[in-house]
Amino acid sequence: MAMLEVTSLGISFGGLRAVDELSMKIEKGGLVGLIGPNGAGKTTVFNMLTGVYRPTDGGIRLDGENLIGKKPHDICRLGVARTFQNIRLFGGLTVLDNVKTGLHNQVTYSLAESLLHLGSYRKKERQMDEKALELLGVFGLENVADYQASNLPYGKQRKLEIARALATDPKLLLLDEPAAGMNPNETGELMETIELVRKRFGVTVLLIEHDMKLVSGICEYLYVLNFGRLLAAGTPGEVLQNPEVVTAYLGE
Amino acid sequence: MQKLKRYAASKAGRDTLISFGIVIAAFIVMQSLLAADAVSSLLESLLVPICAYIIMAVSLNLTVGILGELSLGHAGFMSVGAFSGIVAATCLSDMVAFEPLLLAISIVIGGICAAIAGVIIGVPVLRLKGDYLAIVTLAFGEIIKNIINVLYIGLDSAGLHFSLLEQSFTLAEGGEMVINGPMGVSGVSRISTFTSGFVLVLITLLLILNLINSRAGRAIMSVRDNKIAADSIGISTTRYKLMAFVISAAFAGMAGTLYGLNYTTVTATRFDFNTSILILVFVVLGGLGNIWGSIIAATLLTVLPEILREVGDFRMLIYAILLIVMMLFNNSSLKRRILEKRGMRQMEKAERSGKEGA
Amino acid sequence: MSFLSHLINGVSLGSIYAIIALGYTMVYGIAKMLNFAHGDVIMVGGYMSFCATVYLGWPPLAGVALAVIVCTALGIVIERLAYKPLRMAPSLAVLITAIGVSYFLQNAALLIWGSSPKSFTSVVGGSPIALFGGQLTISPVTIVTVVTCVIIMVALTLFTSKSKAGTAMRAVSEDKGAAQLMGINVNTTISLTFAIGSGLAAIAGVLLCSAYPTLMPTTGAMPGIKAFTAAVFGGIGSIPGAFVGGVLLGVIEIFAGAYISTQLSNAIVFAVLIVVLLVKPDGLLGKRVSEKV
Repeated sequence: MAMLEVTSLGISFGGLRAVDELSMKIEKGGLVGLIGPNGAGKTTVFNMLTGVYRPTDGGIRLDGENLIGKKPHDICRLGVARTFQNIRLFGGLTVLDNVKTGLHNQVTYSLAESLLHLGSYRKKERQMDEKALELLGVFGLENVADYQASNLPYGKQRKLEIARALATDPKLLLLDEPAAGMNPNETGELMETIELVRKRFGVTVLLIEHDMKLVSGICEYLYVLNFGRLLAAGTPGEVLQNPEVVTAYLGE
Repeated sequence: MQKLKRYAASKAGRDTLISFGIVIAAFIVMQSLLAADAVSSLLESLLVPICAYIIMAVSLNLTVGILGELSLGHAGFMSVGAFSGIVAATCLSDMVAFEPLLLAISIVIGGICAAIAGVIIGVPVLRLKGDYLAIVTLAFGEIIKNIINVLYIGLDSAGLHFSLLEQSFTLAEGGEMVINGPMGVSGVSRISTFTSGFVLVLITLLLILNLINSRAGRAIMSVRDNKIAADSIGISTTRYKLMAFVISAAFAGMAGTLYGLNYTTVTATRFDFNTSILILVFVVLGGLGNIWGSIIAATLLTVLPEILREVGDFRMLIYAILLIVMMLFNNSSLKRRILEKRGMRQMEKAERSGKEGA
Repeated sequence: MSFLSHLINGVSLGSIYAIIALGYTMVYGIAKMLNFAHGDVIMVGGYMSFCATVYLGWPPLAGVALAVIVCTALGIVIERLAYKPLRMAPSLAVLITAIGVSYFLQNAALLIWGSSPKSFTSVVGGSPIALFGGQLTISPVTIVTVVTCVIIMVALTLFTSKSKAGTAMRAVSEDKGAAQLMGINVNTTISLTFAIGSGLAAIAGVLLCSAYPTLMPTTGAMPGIKAFTAAVFGGIGSIPGAFVGGVLLGVIEIFAGAYISTQLSNAIVFAVLIVVLLVKPDGLLGKRVSEKV
């Protein structure tokens, strides 16, 4: 059984059909790309997978469990984490605290312990610090742990967002244009990091990109979306040969 | 020692040390001045209200600065705390002879009642956003004021009697009215003291600063900074919004009891919209999310109108002008430029350290 | 018959709220700020009209004109001095500044006119009209208030939808930056909005004092808050919303006072507001705005 199973997913906003009849299957441990031109409905798919939007029809199952109608924070607890196209960090918190907030459901203690700093408070906080610093280390952010997140340069903010998502210990990681705004060098570096993360944390990755060349390098399988519908699916080699895909990207 | 140094270097540690430092130092100075009889009776009469306002400001800062939701009805919770605390103190005064204990019990009861009011108000309204939430909290503050204004509570040998709008009960021989409609409460024994106020301020600071530097506090701040992102990492945003709001209400209630038991007569109109605004001014001038800023602003702005008594009729006018000028300065391009420079410097440093790390 | 009489009183009071709320809503729409000083501009309008007619012996209409002129100028000055420097500041800073302006106006009035209430003579003369053999009387002020309110509402709707300045106003309230790029003078447009809002407040002030003839430095505070509530009730930023919200609020207030309890009428008004917002979080006629993810 596939880890993520999306069947005939569709959503309408008023009269606009943003996504229609989308079916996908993602196997555990996979690195899959969701590509398509601007406005194809890629981010809308992410929003449905994470419960931000409720699909009008269709089904989403993660390891057999239905995700439709669940709240975003419950879906996160079931093992889906994401990043955002327009970075959404906790700007007022430090870099370290951003990741520690991601550990919210991993390391827990009670409200009374929060108010009194008694009981397991110290031990649990230290545990969080260690885990968070380890994650920051993967992305080369340990030097800036004490900085306010909003003061980080753009590229580092993107990395921090991935680190924060990984802190929730997801089975499935959704990355929304992780390389947007980066130069080719940074992009290459980031793609390597994503590969590394997948192996090290055993996480399945679904990533959105509209630059096909970029993803074809690392993704094992691609879904191509156009005007909310699935245009093609297959290995990068197959998809890039597909004349319909070429037309969608280059125009008539 | 090493540990303490590192603690003081972190932002959280610095805030905690400064907050406690200010309060304890101020208490010691005031106590020695009081002992030397060098305090004017006017200032002396302000000591308990200042403690109450500090707690109000710190607790409102939890809602406005830490949670990031504007509340214009904080005085409503103070009112609930004041009147429930006074009722509790009146009922228990025969059973508990030791005044500090009586005060402590009343404060706890005042806090609990305000927290209950916080839950009743918070559950339905916290899904509203921004200015809409602000106007609804304003509305609730006014409703609480109106209801207490028509509330009659009497105490006699048979126990407590309640009625709304008009006094529909008669008290047995020896009974007394506790809350008498628009006349409020009168003839309360004043059991609040400066020392008790000081202790309550310390407890408030300890609990709220602890909360901010904890798992729950980070969750609350994450809701403030980006609700959608907070949801996406598994934080129940409704739960933490409500938690912050209710804790804030509870402390406002405790401050209300402290404040109420400092006067012999208290009416509901004392806790109106203007009081809510006054507290909000403390919070904004002290700096959103800045706890020691709230402490200083609450103290200075409570004392300021009294100092300005010298200038007589012009005092509130000057107060208003000072308020406007301070807000304008706080947001002037001059100050912004300084802050931006600091931010830029950190950004540059982050770039550099990244390169060194790579 | 008493029902009808309460209804008429309610619509009349509601019309005053509506006029204030119209100004509130326009200012909010363009400056995105809760202008707590708006209520105090009403009070200034009342005092201006009072001074003109009582101290200077001017005819009532000239008094109204003076009130409108002074308040319009006051609105522009407040915006330029206190709000314009804060245009990039967080909304809370602007809110506190507005509160400072409100304190300032109230205390300036206190210094100039003292705290004892002035009794205001209605600007509308004439004897009440008796209907149904004297069972129902309608005062001329009531009629003038309602008619003025309707005229203002229609005029504002036409102004914002048809005139060039009105279109500029809507453009600025949608997106200041884009409006500027289109060659709209944002500062002038914002000043114009404050001018109109404050002018309306002056009219509302005169009508309010004509209907409830006690004038004090705090006269404007509660109507200001109520009118703001009315604007939110109807959907803030919407002109018909402010009108509907104002009238409904007035009617609810009078009915609650007449049939339930005068002491609780404010509480009931606010309770209705809360219920409406919980059912329709953007007010009766407001636009739904959702955040893009």
